Amino acid sequence: MKITKEISLGDVAARAEELRGENMTLNMGPSHPATHGVLRLSLELDGDKVVKCDPVIGYLHRGDEKIAENMTYNQFVPYTDRLDYLAPLANNVAYAIAVEKLANLKLPARAEAIRVLCCEMARVSSHLLGLGVYAMDTGAWTVFMYTFNEREKLYSLFEELTGARFTTSYTRIGGVTRDLPEGWLAKVSAFCDGVERTIDEVDKLLTRNGIFLERTEGIAPISKELALAYGLTGPNLRASGVPFDLRKDKPYSGYEQYEFDVPVGTKGDCFDRYLVRMEELRQSVRIIRQVVKTMPGGLWYADDAKKIFLPPKAKVLTKMEELIQNFMLVTEGPQIPAGEVYFEAENPKGALGFYVVSNGGGVPYRLRIRGPSFVSLSILPAIVPGNFLTDIASILGSLDFVMGECDR
Amino acid sequence: MESTVLTQRFPALKLLTSTDMATFEVPTTDLLAVVQFLRDQEGFDLLADLCGIDWPERQPRFGVVIHLLNTQKAQYVRLHVPAVNDSVPSIAALHPGANWHEREAYDMFGIQFAGHPDPRRILMWDSYPYHPLRKEFPLAGIEVPLPAADVAEVTGQGVEPAPMMGGPFVSDGGKMSEGEPSGRDQSWTEKHPKR
Repeated sequence: MKITKEISLGDVAARAEELRGENMTLNMGPSHPATHGVLRLSLELDGDKVVKCDPVIGYLHRGDEKIAENMTYNQFVPYTDRLDYLAPLANNVAYAIAVEKLANLKLPARAEAIRVLCCEMARVSSHLLGLGVYAMDTGAWTVFMYTFNEREKLYSLFEELTGARFTTSYTRIGGVTRDLPEGWLAKVSAFCDGVERTIDEVDKLLTRNGIFLERTEGIAPISKELALAYGLTGPNLRASGVPFDLRKDKPYSGYEQYEFDVPVGTKGDCFDRYLVRMEELRQSVRIIRQVVKTMPGGLWYADDAKKIFLPPKAKVLTKMEELIQNFMLVTEGPQIPAGEVYFEAENPKGALGFYVVSNGGGVPYRLRIRGPSFVSLSILPAIVPGNFLTDIASILGSLDFVMGECDR
Repeated sequence: MESTVLTQRFPALKLLTSTDMATFEVPTTDLLAVVQFLRDQEGFDLLADLCGIDWPERQPRFGVVIHLLNTQKAQYVRLHVPAVNDSVPSIAALHPGANWHEREAYDMFGIQFAGHPDPRRILMWDSYPYHPLRKEFPLAGIEVPLPAADVAEVTGQGVEPAPMMGGPFVSDGGKMSEGEPSGRDQSWTEKHPKR
């Protein structure tokens, strides 16, 4: 058969307008492995390229803020577990500190150190999962196995500490529920040795891995200005080159006593976000080791906070005054003075903020939760268009969000 | 930042007492200028949070609370904006991150944001008729028709209310005899089923 016309590249370019097809609308999620939960993206595609991205959220909306207005301060602690459910301990701590700030409560050194330990172990747990699924989304299965192995050990430690593996509910307003179990700190030290080896292994598997680099380097860069304009916080902000870390710049719970570095990225692309999390893991382990070494003795709750923290059980069963105190606290909740407070803690996903308005008494008038994942996702319409459909897995993985916290 | 810097430049601002950070009451007319001044002159470059709040006994009833952060000095500032006629100017042009926060405040309280680029609901679905964080909205929720009318047509069922009997049990304090924990929402109990 005779070829009647040869189509050259030049022809195609000249006929670009004529050859252009219709844009396609593609629905991604809410049940899609790369959306890490129930996020739905409404995408407009030109061939393989994304033209428009409209995130649709709210599938996990449980009305936490409404629920908080209808229960006492301590009753809300279990709900905070379910915000960023990959780091429940860190949420517990952030919430407790916010309310304690309103009550102007100073905690003993041991309570603060235990909380720092909890926060950093939660960060290790969250980042391990974040890295594992990020690597899996870009095609590296093995990393996921390695990191989940370590998380399993962490969960065993959490179980010993709090009684629950997943939903820890460990803090109370004015302290933590119970002291550290005997011999627990030695197990934490042993865990640190193990996890450092795993971090090195993951580093070797990913950091110079050609496929991983192809999938992440230069993808969806977020400039310093854009990151600030959208209010990104945590590792995502630091990957864009803003050296802002609440643990360093606005220390809480005694973070100023510990030495650690704040890793900062330069380009703000998907690969930088990976590098920042990787280094944060190492720094967290460094903090954990320091806390274990310098764990102060003393009480794990504020002893003088009679109207806030439950009295010891032995005294409740033998003393009249403590019995009454216990009854009043359980029925009416911790008595928090009127006022307002906004407190942000450096959580694994970014700054988790609680804005608490109190009219006095045991129930908050308004409790606003500022979820870092909500903010991280709000930048998607600005950074996704122009990328290929397949890059969305890398971008979502690199932003490391969790829908429980986004939808609240 | 000295609080006088702001009150001198914008005399309509009112300095409020607060224990944790500088707090101002900003009239809606000054809001955009204040936020721009704070961003460009005072280095409050990051919008930490924006949310609505409901004061049924106050006039105007709704308010918007904005928290801005200076990332250089690690300093916060809080702006209270009373929503005159339930409306507040949108600051999404100055802080693009405000876009979603304002959508949420509209969704939950029904506060309008004048000049918002994309005024839709965000957490609830588009046809949802209520604003759930308003104080008069019951904790147990209000039954609304299924969003998918075609599904209801086949199954013949609306949304079944969850058996919560008025929600979590709380105590309001006060007299001991009245401090007994009970469901706050008494519009729906075992004796008086919902509807």
